[in-house]
Amino acid sequence: MASSPTDAAIALTRLGLGARPGEIESVAADPRGWATAQIRPQGAPQPSGQFADTAQRVAQYVDYQSDAGLVRRDRRSAPQAGATSTPMAQTAPGPDADPDAVARREARQAARREITQDTAQEFLARAQLGASTDDGFAERWALFWANAVTVSAVKFASGAFVGQYEREAIRPHVFGRFEDLVLAAEQHPAMLLYLDQARSVGPDSLAGARRNAGLNENLAREMMELHTVGADGGYTQADVTELARALTGWSIPTARDQRQAARPRRARMAAAQAQPEANGFVFRPNVHEPGDRTVMGKTYPAAGLAQGQAILRDLARHPATARRLSHRLAAHFVADDPPPSLVARLEDAWTRSGGDLAQAARALIEAPETWTPQPAKIKTPYEFVVSTHRALGTRPQRIQPLRQALLDMGQPPFAAPSPEGWPDAAADWAGPDALVKRLNWSRTAADAAQAANPSAVAASALGSRLSDRTRLAVARAESRPEALTLLFMSPEFQRR
Amino acid sequence: MTAPKTNLHLNRRHLLAAASAGVGLAFAGRVAAQTNGPANKLVVVIARGAMDGLSVTVPYGDPNYVPLRGGLAIPAPGEANGALALGEGFGLHPALAGLHDLYGAGQMRFAPAVALPVRIRSHFDAQDVLENGGEGLRQQTDGWLNRAIVAAGGASLKGLSIGAQTPLILRGDAPVSSWAPGGQVRGGDRIASLLQDLYVEDPILGQNLARGLATEELVGQGQNMDGEDGRLRRNDVQGLGRAVARLMSGAEGADIVAVSLDGWDTHAGQRAQLQTRLTGLDQLVTGLKDGLGETWSRTVVVVATEFGRTARANGTQGTDHGTGSSLLLAGGAIKRGGPIGDWPTLADNRLFENRDLAPTMDIRSVFKGVLRDHMGVDRAALDARVFPGSAAEAHAMDGLV
Repeated sequence: MASSPTDAAIALTRLGLGARPGEIESVAADPRGWATAQIRPQGAPQPSGQFADTAQRVAQYVDYQSDAGLVRRDRRSAPQAGATSTPMAQTAPGPDADPDAVARREARQAARREITQDTAQEFLARAQLGASTDDGFAERWALFWANAVTVSAVKFASGAFVGQYEREAIRPHVFGRFEDLVLAAEQHPAMLLYLDQARSVGPDSLAGARRNAGLNENLAREMMELHTVGADGGYTQADVTELARALTGWSIPTARDQRQAARPRRARMAAAQAQPEANGFVFRPNVHEPGDRTVMGKTYPAAGLAQGQAILRDLARHPATARRLSHRLAAHFVADDPPPSLVARLEDAWTRSGGDLAQAARALIEAPETWTPQPAKIKTPYEFVVSTHRALGTRPQRIQPLRQALLDMGQPPFAAPSPEGWPDAAADWAGPDALVKRLNWSRTAADAAQAANPSAVAASALGSRLSDRTRLAVARAESRPEALTLLFMSPEFQRR
Repeated sequence: MTAPKTNLHLNRRHLLAAASAGVGLAFAGRVAAQTNGPANKLVVVIARGAMDGLSVTVPYGDPNYVPLRGGLAIPAPGEANGALALGEGFGLHPALAGLHDLYGAGQMRFAPAVALPVRIRSHFDAQDVLENGGEGLRQQTDGWLNRAIVAAGGASLKGLSIGAQTPLILRGDAPVSSWAPGGQVRGGDRIASLLQDLYVEDPILGQNLARGLATEELVGQGQNMDGEDGRLRRNDVQGLGRAVARLMSGAEGADIVAVSLDGWDTHAGQRAQLQTRLTGLDQLVTGLKDGLGETWSRTVVVVATEFGRTARANGTQGTDHGTGSSLLLAGGAIKRGGPIGDWPTLADNRLFENRDLAPTMDIRSVFKGVLRDHMGVDRAALDARVFPGSAAEAHAMDGLV
């Protein structure tokens, strides 16, 4: 397909995370080819850095949980100890009296801090990748899918795994089949903890009969409503409950699993209970609800782990899933209210390929609607901050100012407000207060920038998308910081 | 007004006399800096955007001033909204009442026609030259104020910049700190109105930003009653002066400070803009004086800009990028005196390129004079390191402090 001079700027800004100096020229010969070349079977690029993998994080998390259990026990025992010494006291002295308990509490706090800081560094590494990668489209594509099957760090437990989740469950699968991506996502500890699946127990399972525990429908509901067919996908509450029953037993390792896994002699005994997998997933037969399940009119015979997997694969292949996610893709990349023709193209590619995300990506790149010159999407705060770094040829260096900036602009790191993920429309991001926050941040970023020539920054960041009005405003600014602030806040830089 | 003035010549004679007597003022300065008493203080205020010297130190006595400036001319002293008399045909802009009081106390001087050593009319490039202290463009590695810290005492002097990022003038080998006020943009700020120009055809951004800033304003009114609460607003300049003074006080206080004031690029509607900016500048200096207390007697404040503005008013009640502008000195350490440097006059045949106030003095001469006599930087260091290659073109001004 022939390319116009604007196509390179569109490719880098609409399909990528913004243009770095010189990038528009380097992709100008073949903007579509630039994007298509990033569709690789191994998935999206990985942030660099030494981070715990899922198995290591599971071990850390399980240790933390055991410590937390001990601390809770200390707390429970403390009032009794107080009662024996000062019977009239209304307030218990707390566990501080016991030096072991104090040490345990401090160890637990330290473990929690370490995990939280590690997640923060994961986020910084991701932002640094975004600011420096040549594969801006693959990165945006990965961010889209991480958001489509959101895990949020609003819970400590899911936050502990969100970095591993993106690196191991999302990125390797973003150019594979959707059903593989969604299966990896649903079985990752991050998701199992975020949507409470790890504690869901089949009422008629061995464990359920013993413990008087029961179903938690949270993951089952979001799987249908948000991850696959959507609220109007034709399922009922009964289907949600049936899926929840099928998913029982999907869990994460416990301290006992870890200990048993470490002792080969007892491994066979452990095998009867649960087998921790490398991805941190455990299926517990003794928690799984026995029996056949019927979901959306189809009956799935009892098959343990395979039962829930079969239902999930069918949900992933459902036409409503193709339609819903095609619309969401178009709305994310092209326009809040996307052209129906574009949605139809994506849906067609999805359906014909059996949910091959590489084919969906190609269809997006090849669609003429993708290349309309007028940008219709307001950048999210993350896209805005990363694209500003790219425009300047810099990377964020420290997590704290990055965290604060995104917090101020309404998109705190890894912390989407709900399982629906981050919203995606201008109304969500370009409100009055949000713009004031963007302006304040722009000014700070412009003050800190070392760019010698703001006009050159404007030209290299926006190419032929740079309007005469913005170009003149930048050139006429009374100082470099003023020029860069105007560029960053310009209508075309705020959009993509 | 009689022109040209002879101060520059007088100063040259002083310099020659001092040199021939073998008692370099540099020596005296160095001794002063090395005593164990508290260090002298220096604040450099950069007015970014090209401050209009002809409205700051008003040459009302120059017969060409009113004809060139028309409606932008500041009336002579005694007239309504007239300049505040400085003598010798000059007056201060009426918004600078605090500085005028300092002048009366012998604590304020001005150079009416200074410029950088190179003739450029780009804000960015000129600010680089002003801050780097060199003569070449795009020298962004370090600034003369930082090199002056190294030359004057290194670790014993504490440098501080006001703002999110250290400006070029203070970048370099000497470690310096920085402090930024709250950093909130307000609806009346220049950047807000520039953005509204950018957003004229935008369906969302202009309206929403205006509403957001209006809300901030309402919220800010409650907080701004107390300037001491640490949440200093971006345009609370008097509060800024007091805050900077606090940062300069005590044993750990800063000795050398760089402050930037924005908003001097007055291409249109200059009168109202300058009224605001100069009121702010006046408040900054008086805030510093009030906040520093007795330390004010050991303080010099320099107000400099990258270039001046056209001698003639343009078609939009403003002025465009020019050449010569004025420089102000204030502080308890300043020596009483008249204008620094010659007045080139605004006669047609004296205007630079037939449009700008012609500079009669290299701005570095003033900087060097202050650094030598106030901060104790010796002449060799000034010529070789702080302002390399400036020995012949810009010798240090005598008798400023």
